[in-house]
Amino acid sequence: MALTKKQTAELAKQVFEYAPAPESIDHVKIQPRYGLFIGGRMVEGHSKKRFPTINPATETKLAEVVEADDVDVDRAVKAADKAFDSWAHLAPSQRARYLFRISRLIQERSRELAVVETMDGGKPIKESRDVDIPLAAAHFFYYAGWADKLEWAFPNRKPKPIGVAGQVIPWNFPLLMLAWKIAPALAAGNTVVLKPAETTPLSAMVFAEICMQADLPPGVVNIVTGAGKTGSLVVTHPDVKKVAFTGSTEVGKLIQRSIAGSGKRLTLELGGKAANIVFEDAPLDQAVEGIINGIYFNQGHVCCAGSRLLVQESIAEPLLEKLKRRLSTLRLGDPLDKNTDIGAINSKAQLERIQGLVESGIEEGAELYQPDCVLPERGFWFPPTLFTNVSQSYRIAREEIFGPVLSVLTFRTPNEAVEKANNTPYGLSAGVWTDKGSRILWMAERLRAGVVWANTFNRFDPTSPFGGYKESGFGREGGVHGLLPYLELN
Amino acid sequence: MDVRKTYKLFVNGEFVRSESGRAYRPDGNVNVPRGSRKDLRDAVRAARTAFPAWSGRTAMNRGQILYRAAEMLDGRGSQFIELLGGGARARRELDQAVETLVWYAGWTDKLSQVTGTVNPVSGPYFNFTIPEPTGVVGIVAPEDDALGGLVRRIAPALCGGNVVVALAAESHPLAALTLAEVLATSDLPGGVVNILSGQRKELIPWLAAHMDVNAIDVAGCTGDEIKSIEEAAAGNVKRVIKVAATERSPYLVSAFMEMKTVWHPIGV
Repeated sequence: MALTKKQTAELAKQVFEYAPAPESIDHVKIQPRYGLFIGGRMVEGHSKKRFPTINPATETKLAEVVEADDVDVDRAVKAADKAFDSWAHLAPSQRARYLFRISRLIQERSRELAVVETMDGGKPIKESRDVDIPLAAAHFFYYAGWADKLEWAFPNRKPKPIGVAGQVIPWNFPLLMLAWKIAPALAAGNTVVLKPAETTPLSAMVFAEICMQADLPPGVVNIVTGAGKTGSLVVTHPDVKKVAFTGSTEVGKLIQRSIAGSGKRLTLELGGKAANIVFEDAPLDQAVEGIINGIYFNQGHVCCAGSRLLVQESIAEPLLEKLKRRLSTLRLGDPLDKNTDIGAINSKAQLERIQGLVESGIEEGAELYQPDCVLPERGFWFPPTLFTNVSQSYRIAREEIFGPVLSVLTFRTPNEAVEKANNTPYGLSAGVWTDKGSRILWMAERLRAGVVWANTFNRFDPTSPFGGYKESGFGREGGVHGLLPYLELN
Repeated sequence: MDVRKTYKLFVNGEFVRSESGRAYRPDGNVNVPRGSRKDLRDAVRAARTAFPAWSGRTAMNRGQILYRAAEMLDGRGSQFIELLGGGARARRELDQAVETLVWYAGWTDKLSQVTGTVNPVSGPYFNFTIPEPTGVVGIVAPEDDALGGLVRRIAPALCGGNVVVALAAESHPLAALTLAEVLATSDLPGGVVNILSGQRKELIPWLAAHMDVNAIDVAGCTGDEIKSIEEAAAGNVKRVIKVAATERSPYLVSAFMEMKTVWHPIGV
């Protein structure tokens, strides 16, 4: 029997509760203490300083890791330097096989890695399970294939590895960023010293086990844990010939300055303030999903997040209505629950930064919207937030918030959209929503950003180069272009 | 009696004196304008203004203009040979400069074919990566090869659609300032290339720190200069281009480029 209109309306008002669907964690063994991965094995740190890594959803301590000091970093770099010669001269097809093997091991241990990633970082299990870990494995698989084909990538040149690469990665996609850094470096014949982020070191510790399982020659990959000080020791070490950093623009500038005149090669993948531009002919429901994915994916802890929504004036009202309705159906809570859309904010410090910027938005005159949303008592949480009535000069429209906070602006003409989108020192990514193919390419030509997504957002692929214009950094990761930072082309 | 030439800066397609009114005499007799911080800022502004139109030109049109520059340079060859001190060495430097312009003229419409890619992503997207010019490029000319050294860097920067603010060799600026006359008659729009003479130590820090300069080429710089340039460049995450001065390749052009990746949907 068909429902009457009234019945349908009644049904639509009902909230369907989801039963808890927690991912099991009994197959995951997190050790109480971790050492450093140097020269092919886990070693005790010279530094006796340790710090806890906590689960941001519960504030419970997961493990303790070493805050590596100058002696530890020096040992790691020496190990990498010692391994370089034989790794660089290993038959390229053998290098390829190690990388293929690592890719397979990541796949085999994917659920364990997903759980560790979610517990240590706070991101929803469905994201770590369906995005982070599969992409990390795919990245190793892609670059594995390049290891013995480098001459085909750069015509007229004989590519050579550079030496020891010092790599510092952020906490938003810990294992994926590790893969983006280590896979091309190793494929090109370099050895690495990697420092994972202070708040999310655990998946890198599992990766260290994977390197051992893969029988990767000692010293090819070395992992030292620590905070900013340790990262600085890694990038400034005189035997590090190549520096790769992903993180904030502020720290990127410090690094660029700190290695000035050293002759080190440098690539930086820094912050962003991406415009997500919706034209009036866009498929609205699809666009709403894209906007949600653009800014609330991984709690907005995404350098390329679509944090500025530029919507054509004529559809601003219906779009915002749909968006607000969709916002109220997002499920915030236990990151290990398979139904969770929005997990925990990565750290207390990050939560405070988000709160501060949201305060500034209110003070400057923007209008705040947050759905009714119960935040768990323990842990670090922030509800999905959107601001309307935002002027381009507001801090929430200029600064990277790195949280689930969307600023909505409007435009009338395509030219105005381009101008507003480009009105930022950043240039990492942009989104365009329209039904018109020619307009997609017209916009893509004019947006000063390294990645332009059309009718989609936050999509990644190992074959697809990623990186910024302007103050979002330089160099590309992914694709054939991602090899270049790790090679000499003389 | 000769009608002597007054050497001037080349800014926004015009030949101007330094706003500072200062001059210096690198070879003891000829007055050369000593460009100032203000001249440099004017040049950057002219370059930035010229950028959208120049980068928006078709690749073929940019190639034609670079080839035109080669024609103009070759046509005034004897003047340059004299400026470069005459003899076989000067002739060789001129010939190489002409050849450099011709070579890069032929690259404008091939660069994206050689350095761009179509990426087989796992999903319904046509995904491609193409080179785009980074924007305003600062070039510090090497002190030797007063003509060739500068042309070897300006040509690849222009090839990709960038705009240039160049500092002429401090000790031999005449060839660079005369090159401006070649560029001015090559259909190159005003502001696309700006050439300043003056003191390196006075101008380099401002060029390196300027927030509207996207990249700085340091092939002509000393180690100490590179260190201070790299420190200042961090202010706006400038690309510091350290490719060897002798390089001539699409890889050098790429050093002045950004790679843009576009995800275009596929569907019915």
